Amino acid sequence: MECVFGLVGNGFAIVAADTSAVHSILLHKNNEDKIMALDSHKLIAASGEPGDRVQFTEYVQKNVSLYQFRNGIPLTTAAAANFTRGELATALRKNPYSVNILMAGYDKEAGASLYYIDYIATLHKVDKGAFGYGSYFSLSTMDRHYRSDMSVEEAIELVDKCILEIRSRLVIAPPNFVIKIVDKDGAREYGWRLSVKDVTTASV
Amino acid sequence: MARYDRAITVFSPDGHLFQVEYALEAVRKGNAAVGVRGTDAVVLAVEKKSTPKLQDSRSARKIVSLDNHIALACAGLKADARVLINKARIECQSHRLTLEDPVTVEYITRYIAGLQQKYTQSGGVRPFGLSTLIVGFDPYTRIPSLYQTDPSGTFSAWKANATGRNSNSIREFLEKNYKETSGQETVKLAIRALLEVVESGGKNIEVAVMTREEGGLRQLEEAEIDAIVAEIEAEKAAAEAAKKGPSKET
Repeated sequence: MECVFGLVGNGFAIVAADTSAVHSILLHKNNEDKIMALDSHKLIAASGEPGDRVQFTEYVQKNVSLYQFRNGIPLTTAAAANFTRGELATALRKNPYSVNILMAGYDKEAGASLYYIDYIATLHKVDKGAFGYGSYFSLSTMDRHYRSDMSVEEAIELVDKCILEIRSRLVIAPPNFVIKIVDKDGAREYGWRLSVKDVTTASV
Repeated sequence: MARYDRAITVFSPDGHLFQVEYALEAVRKGNAAVGVRGTDAVVLAVEKKSTPKLQDSRSARKIVSLDNHIALACAGLKADARVLINKARIECQSHRLTLEDPVTVEYITRYIAGLQQKYTQSGGVRPFGLSTLIVGFDPYTRIPSLYQTDPSGTFSAWKANATGRNSNSIREFLEKNYKETSGQETVKLAIRALLEVVESGGKNIEVAVMTREEGGLRQLEEAEIDAIVAEIEAEKAAAEAAKKGPSKET
């Protein structure tokens, strides 16, 4: 039921993820941020087994930091993606992580890029990608409307179209989404798409 | 004495660990390093012995970051420093991963000192030949700290300290002239202390400042250092002139 998708635009990359933390039939919380900043110019949107998701992405984040301190310069997005994929591959035949990742980043030389890394350590550099049941709808919508070098406004329009499609067609669609963007100025939150705010107890 | 200085695991009859003391000798031969703690900044200043013309100075930085809020300078065997710094950097990230919190300055100092001590009590290894000056701001409390470790594995906190070549003279100067400072005054005090034993000039000194803000370690440019050195020289000259002035009038 977890929906994660993203696309590359003109000098930026956008990733969107649902924000529900689910355990069987119970929704723990509907504002769980599944998009982590790896460093100032990289985002990692992850979906999958909740424990693995947090453990693995935090592990990648700390190793990316370590590289930066050891070498005085940050890793490129491609290098970080390959490192992540390598860790998944090493664990795969012993203790696999059930985590699917979309890694978005901006490098001065390479520009904006998006990497698709799935739980069995597949790595693809892509213009658009998606995971989960929502991918059936978001990928089709993106295939229909995506053009290369879209502006931020056009890309957000497309992201909203995908979210609308997921909400109207996925039987247990997640209520809320978070959207984050990375460009030359860094990685930051773009916005939320809320359809259900937190339920508060009625005032007496 | 000759029989008790081979292996460090052996005490001499009069209670010395000679290898550790020899390691301290190695430190005394290393470049001078000064650390000064201010109210809102901690400063490290290190002597740069003549840089070879063909060397890329960026690869030979003497003051390094261990994490966003912790920096280290050392005196002694630089290759040993590389190993210790690498282990400390890993520990900083490992602490962040398992504890979800950045290290405190005391924690990482204790870790480095612990490593140095381990190598004074193992077979077949020699102690690390360096003393470190570790500075930083603790997370959340934002309290500035300066710590020193040495090859024996002891560590303690200081308001200001020096290690390496002529550290005794620098420490004497600091004892006479230390007062609570902040901002640029702390930088000036550190440079003044180092200038006691080092030829003046931006080329011979490396200076870095850690402030309470999130920005991390700031390495001063050569031009900046030159400017501060010039200020210090001018102040010294003015003080000299003031001393001579009144006696001339009598």
